[in-house]
Amino acid sequence: MKYKIIGGIMLSIENLSVKVEDKIILKDINLNINIGEVHVLFGPNGAGKSTLINTIIGNPKYKVVEGGIYFKGRDITDMSIYERAKLGIGLAYQNPPGVPGVKLRDLLKIISKVKWEEIERMAEILNFKDFLDRDTNVGFSGGEVKRSEILQIFAQNPDFIMFDEPDSGVDVEKVKLLGRIINHLLDKDKKPADRKKSGLIITHMGHILKFINVDRAHVLYNGVIACSGGPEEILNTIIKYGYERCIACYQKRK
Amino acid sequence: MLSKEKIEKIRRTAEKYRDVPAPHGEDIDLSKYKIEESRIEIDSLEDLNEEERAKLENIGIDTKEKDVSGSYLQINNDVVYTRTKSKVEVIPISEALKKYDLDDYFWNIVEIRDKYTARVALERTGGFFIRVPKGVKETMPLQTCLLIGKENASQNVHNIVIVEEGAELNIITGCATSPHVKSGLHVAVSEFYIKKDGKLTYTMIHDWGENVHVRPRTGVYIEDNGVFINNYVVITPVKSIQSYPTVYCAGENSKATLQTVVYGRNESKIDLGSKVVLSGKGSRADIISRSIADDNSEVVARGRLVGEGEDIKGHLECKGLIISDSARLYAVPELDARRSNIDLSHEAAVGKIAEEQLIYLMSRGLTEDEAVSLIIKGFLSMDLSGLPPTLAKAVERIMDMTLEGL
Repeated sequence: MKYKIIGGIMLSIENLSVKVEDKIILKDINLNINIGEVHVLFGPNGAGKSTLINTIIGNPKYKVVEGGIYFKGRDITDMSIYERAKLGIGLAYQNPPGVPGVKLRDLLKIISKVKWEEIERMAEILNFKDFLDRDTNVGFSGGEVKRSEILQIFAQNPDFIMFDEPDSGVDVEKVKLLGRIINHLLDKDKKPADRKKSGLIITHMGHILKFINVDRAHVLYNGVIACSGGPEEILNTIIKYGYERCIACYQKRK
Repeated sequence: MLSKEKIEKIRRTAEKYRDVPAPHGEDIDLSKYKIEESRIEIDSLEDLNEEERAKLENIGIDTKEKDVSGSYLQINNDVVYTRTKSKVEVIPISEALKKYDLDDYFWNIVEIRDKYTARVALERTGGFFIRVPKGVKETMPLQTCLLIGKENASQNVHNIVIVEEGAELNIITGCATSPHVKSGLHVAVSEFYIKKDGKLTYTMIHDWGENVHVRPRTGVYIEDNGVFINNYVVITPVKSIQSYPTVYCAGENSKATLQTVVYGRNESKIDLGSKVVLSGKGSRADIISRSIADDNSEVVARGRLVGEGEDIKGHLECKGLIISDSARLYAVPELDARRSNIDLSHEAAVGKIAEEQLIYLMSRGLTEDEAVSLIIKGFLSMDLSGLPPTLAKAVERIMDMTLEGL
């Protein structure tokens, strides 16, 4: 499948409400991400950021009670997690589980859609070659986990990539490297007309955003998208006034 | 040669235990299994028919014999082939009994204690005698294979391995039934002696049929600084296996590592354990077992460390996955300390496949079945870091092949 339509929609979320166990976590979410766009999702702990990502990926613990999710024009609301992955949705986890006995090299080969030489080159850039023969994510430090996830995403090569806190627990000097690689994975180092990927990044404080070309930002607060706009403007507002300002803005709109 | 007294003692004990069941495992009616002769003789493993060769290759036997230091093949109760390309001696046990005085090795660390050992002592029995001369360090693996070639045959085996002072050997043993054979019995006595500074790595893959009963009886004796590494793998269905080998770390600083990988499927009844008696000063033991109980299988994972010597250290790690509601997984780790100044520990855990791992792999594009099989393969993968590189590669290849069908 090839997608050349510039400005076409990659992901569309319509009136989405989600519950976990018996608790409604997300309420009436609307979000459109176009092909070639990267969005960032801000929000305090417990706002529902992880729930949104898990719902998009298709984790069965998260139940859609209303609304729908559309990917490349297809309704994926009831699609299984692996079918969504096959369609081109990928997630770089914040805290992935270890998979004992499964070497990272073997997992990469199983999920890979790119040549092995390219994966090796990326492992080299990430300074992660020594970890290829380790059990996937077993005993990895915070920073090592991030590199493992980025390498897997590179191998999986999805069209729509979500990054859950890609810079948490990463040394300051490594944030730049990861940010640049994420920018590359999202085609942001290409001409606008050649960009085929889209992304959604969750981050707390946005240090990594200095190195990623983000188009739009959203603030998730208490299960609703309280505010959307230019990433710099929103980040500056949050830094200056905190999340309270966002709620105020949301309540005014209501 | 055996002394008259020894022969008499063996006969008397065996008669006494002829009908005595074993303490563990289901009791087998031995009269159902006939003691067959095999009058085949071959000049190389390639003389076997294609089906048999495929079967052996599946359990890691190199039928072209390229990367091995020697081979041994037994069908039913007869040795049909032995070959050695090195200084290691490989002969049928019957020949060894004529050639050497084996009073101190034959029925020495394995005792006649049940009807199975009694049968091996009293009836027609094959088996290998392997001797690694002093100082000979053979890196290429030696392969031994035991085939049950006839329906309802009783395969009786008595093996002896002697690793002399400072010598080293890696043995790969593959056990299977011929492709057309559905039902049978395998009773094997194995006595291994590792002398001062010797090292033996013994890797065994079992691929029996769903109607084959298996009763191995194994004893290992390790002298000063000796090392024994044992890897045991059973992944395909079997009627029943019951085995509880005992390793005696008698020498100072002797060391034993026993890894067991079990996948219980269909109606398999598997009762496996490892027991290490640490009596040598500073001796060490690690027992590691990974068990999966699936379908209607019953898996018992036993482990027992006995601390008798000064400054000994032993650890027992027993992990189990249960993936069917009609299966049973019973883990029995035991520590038996008999003096102060020792260090014995164990960890045991039984659970289901972690949902989190499953979702993680599925979000990378694996179907649920693919994800489950990858998690199982990972769970059953062995730590091969203690093996020499060539052997580790061979074992890895065997494991890959064995697990491929999952």
